[in-house]
Amino acid sequence: MSAIAEPEQGGFRLSQLLYDTRYRSMTIQIIALIGFLLAVGWLVRNAGQNLADLGKPLGFGFLSDQAGYDINQRLIEYNSQMSHGRAAIVGLLNTLLVAFLGCITATVIGVAVGVARLSKNWLISRLMTIYIEMFRNIPVLLWIIITMAIFIEIFPQPRDFRGDDAIATMKLFDSVALTNRGIYIPSPDFFAGSSALIAIFFLSIVGIFVFGSWAKKRQEQTGQILPTFWIKLGIFFLPSIVAYFVLGKPMGLEYPELKGFNFAGGFYMRNSLIALWFALSLYTAAFIAETVRSGIQAVSKGQTEAAAALGLRQGRITSLVVLPQALRVIIPPMISQYLNLTKNSSLAIAVGYMDITGTLGGITLNQTGREMESLIILMAIYLTISLTISTIMNQYNERVKLRER
Amino acid sequence: MSDVSYVRTVMLEEQAPPASQTGLIKWFRENMFSSIPNSILSIAALWAIYFVLSHILPWVFQSSWNASSLKECRASIAETYGEGTAGACWAVIRERFPQMIYGFYPQELRWRPDLAFVGMLVAIAPVLFDKLPRKMMWFTAVYPFLAFWLLWGGSVWLPVSIIAGFVLGVVAYQIVGKMVGSLAGTIAAALVPVLWWLLFAGSAADIFQSAVPLSLESVTSSSFGGFALSIIIGVTGIAFSLPIGIVLALGRQSDLMIVKVLCVGFIEFIRGVPLITLLFVASTLLNYFMPPGTNFDIILRVIIMVTLFASAYMAEVIRGGLAALPKGQYEGADSLGLDFWQATRLIIMPQALKISIPNIVSTFIGLFKDTTLVSIIGLLDPIGLSTNIRADQNWNGIIWELYGFIALIFFIFCFSMSRYSMYLERKLQTGH
Repeated sequence: MSAIAEPEQGGFRLSQLLYDTRYRSMTIQIIALIGFLLAVGWLVRNAGQNLADLGKPLGFGFLSDQAGYDINQRLIEYNSQMSHGRAAIVGLLNTLLVAFLGCITATVIGVAVGVARLSKNWLISRLMTIYIEMFRNIPVLLWIIITMAIFIEIFPQPRDFRGDDAIATMKLFDSVALTNRGIYIPSPDFFAGSSALIAIFFLSIVGIFVFGSWAKKRQEQTGQILPTFWIKLGIFFLPSIVAYFVLGKPMGLEYPELKGFNFAGGFYMRNSLIALWFALSLYTAAFIAETVRSGIQAVSKGQTEAAAALGLRQGRITSLVVLPQALRVIIPPMISQYLNLTKNSSLAIAVGYMDITGTLGGITLNQTGREMESLIILMAIYLTISLTISTIMNQYNERVKLRER
Repeated sequence: MSDVSYVRTVMLEEQAPPASQTGLIKWFRENMFSSIPNSILSIAALWAIYFVLSHILPWVFQSSWNASSLKECRASIAETYGEGTAGACWAVIRERFPQMIYGFYPQELRWRPDLAFVGMLVAIAPVLFDKLPRKMMWFTAVYPFLAFWLLWGGSVWLPVSIIAGFVLGVVAYQIVGKMVGSLAGTIAAALVPVLWWLLFAGSAADIFQSAVPLSLESVTSSSFGGFALSIIIGVTGIAFSLPIGIVLALGRQSDLMIVKVLCVGFIEFIRGVPLITLLFVASTLLNYFMPPGTNFDIILRVIIMVTLFASAYMAEVIRGGLAALPKGQYEGADSLGLDFWQATRLIIMPQALKISIPNIVSTFIGLFKDTTLVSIIGLLDPIGLSTNIRADQNWNGIIWELYGFIALIFFIFCFSMSRYSMYLERKLQTGH
């Protein structure tokens, strides 16, 4: 930012204002602002002139033009006849999809690894250290490419599943097909009466929360502790299972089947999505593991010992004393890891997963030649995502923060 | 006294501890098999290690180092280790090693990047290890210009005239500062070099060049590549981002509202977008913002964007250092009657930077890893080169050897840097 250096330049003529502390800050700020505006003005003027010379003045009309390219992984209806704007939305949803999936798996793996790294088992903690160092010290782009290569090279082609003496077989009781084009998993199939089943399932989740608050109130009043975990588990499964049979099995699974040269049916995830998802989760998990480890270590030993002296069991010490304190340390860096994962998902372009960078910043940009507009929208979208996540998380952080006097 | 004694008068011979309480057995029992779940975990882990190693080690070692194509490689592996053995073809690394390091830098000129690399080590040394003589810092200050000249070649007078601008700035500060006042001196120190660079530097370089021709053969940016490119982008980015980051961090802490808003806006903007979009800006957009007709080098454009990117992160790291300083330090500086810049220069920054060195190093590791992203905009960094090599007819179909090699080199670089930052963290522990 050249704007920072600007104040001194103009300040020479305003020397009287500069020596009086009452005016000085005002002067410096106004000069900084003028310098900044001049710099921005200069850049914008140059850009305007250059764009005008090329005959493509700034305009966003291209978004409604026909895109003319296909996107193979999509969450909403799209075909090549639709507009560039629609393609961008498909891309945005793909970005959000991989970011969402990645954040969940990264958290699960990261927490597990972070805890395992503190394990007393020498072998396990060493293995976890190796995993963390390997992923932290090798670029994520390389991991994404390597994961993609593993998918393409190691998994069999769909045609290997054909015939009586097939080279490859489907996994997990013939339900999952791992191929080098992607993974086929069974998808749920809904018959009549399935909506009642889904309603019962959601009601039982509500029931869990109601029971939880009731049990807590009861404990506060009477001091009796119920085995809430097992009861909650029962509420989660039993009603749905009973309803499933009572309603006459209204839901089923549609299995992927080999038809011709490829699989059909079931749910299909392209290998680019899976490779990106895997690589991003494993990479981010290594960082999350480190924050989890340092968070746990930040809780002083005295806390654990005091809890043990009160007669709490190991599980309760962890859940009531250590975790609440550790979470306070863990959450802020965890948020920035989620943000990093979302931003790193833009590397999808390296494996051909059509995220927002691949559609808007890739094909649309190259086809229409609208670099300026595409990149402005692209950056604005990423900025919005980042700022939204960090605002939400900061509010949460504010809530769990240690209250001091 | 009866001589019947119920108490032993002779000490028992010292006995060896039970076998289960010493040596390896004890260690294994305590560290791997302390409980049933632990034992299961250990056995599972051992099995996993065996599984991975039994697949990778034969591949790594039953390999071929001498071949000029993948076909030859496979044939020689089959000949030596038997038909059907899957072995690595390290010959590709052997053949393309210089390319992976230097890219397409002309072969007879490769001593220049070598020299620049050695110079870099010498220049960085006094920054990293404070036991070295402080005079070495002068070399560190001159080094960026020297490296630029060595790598890109051309007339030596261009970097010299740029250095001259800095010298003029210092001179102006001394003279004007003595005559008018320190503030005017600062303003002059900023103004004089800028005027020099804009108006006189180019012609001065030309005049000197015609008087004393001293130049190296020019090398165009398109021939840069490989790890040399990664190091150039990474090191330049980090070196320039540090001062910018300091200024931004100070701006963010400042009481001046407008300055603060500008700094926060810049930092949050850069941190909110992925580096790849900034690189797209570098490759497609940056020329639009310059006066019509300017067209400057792609590596320079990338370095500008990478520097801006790194400086936003650096600003946050340094802000962390500033926030970690006890308030007493600021108040102490005020009570000594130091003004803002004096306090910052003499009291605040040295301590804040010291606290943030580990984080600065990890920012650098992150930046160095992120240099691989330039392969997406078509520069020939190691990953870009690997695509290039795989497109070669001889090496078509080679995968793991190249990626493994690149990963290994990055690992060595980044891992040693992270160890260094841990060493610093321990050394800078001034607490108890």
